[in-house]
Amino acid sequence: MAQEKDLQKIFEEKIEKEIKIEPKDWMPDEYRKNLIRQISQHAHSEVVGMLPEGNWITRAPSLRRKVALLAKIQDEAGHGLYLYCAAETLGKDRETLVQELLSGKAKYSSIFNYPALTWADIGAIGWLVDGAAIVNQIMLQKTSYGPYSRGMIRICKEESFHQRQGYEILLTLCRGTEEQKAMAQDALNRFWWPSLMMFGPSDKDSAHSAQSMAWKIKRMGNDDLRQKFIDQTVPQANFLGLTIPDPELKWNEEKQSYDWGQIDWEEFYNVIKGNGPCNKERLAARQAAYDNGAWVREAATAYAKKKAERKTKDAA
Amino acid sequence: MEQKQALFNYLLRLGDNAAILGHRLSEWCGHGPELEEDIAIINTALDLLGHARSLYTYAGEVEGKGRDEDDIAYLRIEREYRNALICELPNGHYGDTIARQFLFDQFNYLLFSELVNSTDETVAAIAAKAIKEIRYHLRRSTEWTLRLGDGTEESHNRVQQSFHDVWMYTGDLFVQDESDKAVIEAGIGPDLTLLYPVWQDKVKEVLKEATLEMPENGWMQSGSKQGRHTEHFGYILSELQYMQRAYPGCEW
Ligand SMILES: [Fe+2]
Ligand SMILES: [Fe+2]
Repeated sequence: MAQEKDLQKIFEEKIEKEIKIEPKDWMPDEYRKNLIRQISQHAHSEVVGMLPEGNWITRAPSLRRKVALLAKIQDEAGHGLYLYCAAETLGKDRETLVQELLSGKAKYSSIFNYPALTWADIGAIGWLVDGAAIVNQIMLQKTSYGPYSRGMIRICKEESFHQRQGYEILLTLCRGTEEQKAMAQDALNRFWWPSLMMFGPSDKDSAHSAQSMAWKIKRMGNDDLRQKFIDQTVPQANFLGLTIPDPELKWNEEKQSYDWGQIDWEEFYNVIKGNGPCNKERLAARQAAYDNGAWVREAATAYAKKKAERKTKDAA
Repeated sequence: MEQKQALFNYLLRLGDNAAILGHRLSEWCGHGPELEEDIAIINTALDLLGHARSLYTYAGEVEGKGRDEDDIAYLRIEREYRNALICELPNGHYGDTIARQFLFDQFNYLLFSELVNSTDETVAAIAAKAIKEIRYHLRRSTEWTLRLGDGTEESHNRVQQSFHDVWMYTGDLFVQDESDKAVIEAGIGPDLTLLYPVWQDKVKEVLKEATLEMPENGWMQSGSKQGRHTEHFGYILSELQYMQRAYPGCEW
């Protein structure tokens, strides 16, 4: 027991001194669990997030946009892969994590339970959803777990590119016809509030926030991150000539930041509970990919085994 | 046939092959058997769409009517698209996609290996860039043919059926018409009848290693060079062209 106490002390010192925790280091069980939950949730979000945008690949309005969208979604798949690897360093394998997603035990970001209905939504998703993700991920670059921190540094670069790309889609729409501009406004109307919800419940209501902050897994609270996102996004909306769907939104000179209205938390919890517009479709799509791919994965494994056996036979 | 027209037709065929197969592959995005496969399939789709863009742009220049890549990609009617029929077939299950891809990649590889030496400098340049990517596509679809053919009993049976099902669309890849003749004469593109036996040998070799039986050359569907498509094709266009038709003349 004395030994565990020492280990705990070493761990806490590292956290205190901003030294990253690495996979082989001792860490409290709860720290490990908390990280697995957060990183796998993040990985699932990248993968499920491919679906709403994936809807629009075959309908993208120009070849340039099609290629850019496809490349963006490919990046998200890469992020998913990278994050699953980071989660695996904590001792849970990808297969188990995926099973937890499919069974509904593990969550993914609720934003992906909203539908992508028009081409402007592809712009709004890049601008707002990737934009909100970046605010969160910049903070996570300083997270205390080494592999997660390094993953975030790498992923953030691509996310900023996605955000600019999304914004540029909307800029083109806003400089286009009345119909195009209306399409952009409609997308903003639908995605604004769900994007704010991406930062999670208010810190006072968040189950994991305080402990995550103490362990420096998270470095900023949900409310501060949300405010940061709003402050940086409102001027961008103004530049587009679009109206943010919040009548209470107002610059506060004293705070040097925006005052804004109320999130509909009932909607937030409802979507988490599975009642969002696309919860069922998203999970069904992942389940179908998993089931339909089973025989393919089995074949690949069987073939690799045969090949290895032939090799050893040849060598003998 | 006027050579400019023949070259234009030829470029459309090459461009449409790449665009339509790329379109089909992109439908896998988010639905592949593994995350790694999603990434790999998107890669191939991106390469093919890249080829299509270069070929369409050049086709527009050759035509000289001011059409750009999007005018050509999005604003033709069904009968004006000239992709090989095999490119538009539905994805089916993963074995169907792999069989379609392997047979096409093998064709595309042989074709572009010749186009690298085209007397048309732009065609040669496009091919020189594309061939590296196509070589990789072929390697990947060959590996998957081996995995599925020589994997489990289930995968073997499934992919064997896939090859049987798709086989009647392979003849169409090698059909030649007036445009081809003009292109061959000008040294722009190869004689496909010379590539056909090489293609057969290469395919046979891989199928054999994959423990798969080479399908018999029975009745072959054709018609792509006259723009006679399968019933599947109209649905591709209804998605592809949706935005351009609903909001004509906009910038995106
Ligand atoms: Fe991402
Ligand atoms: Fe992203």
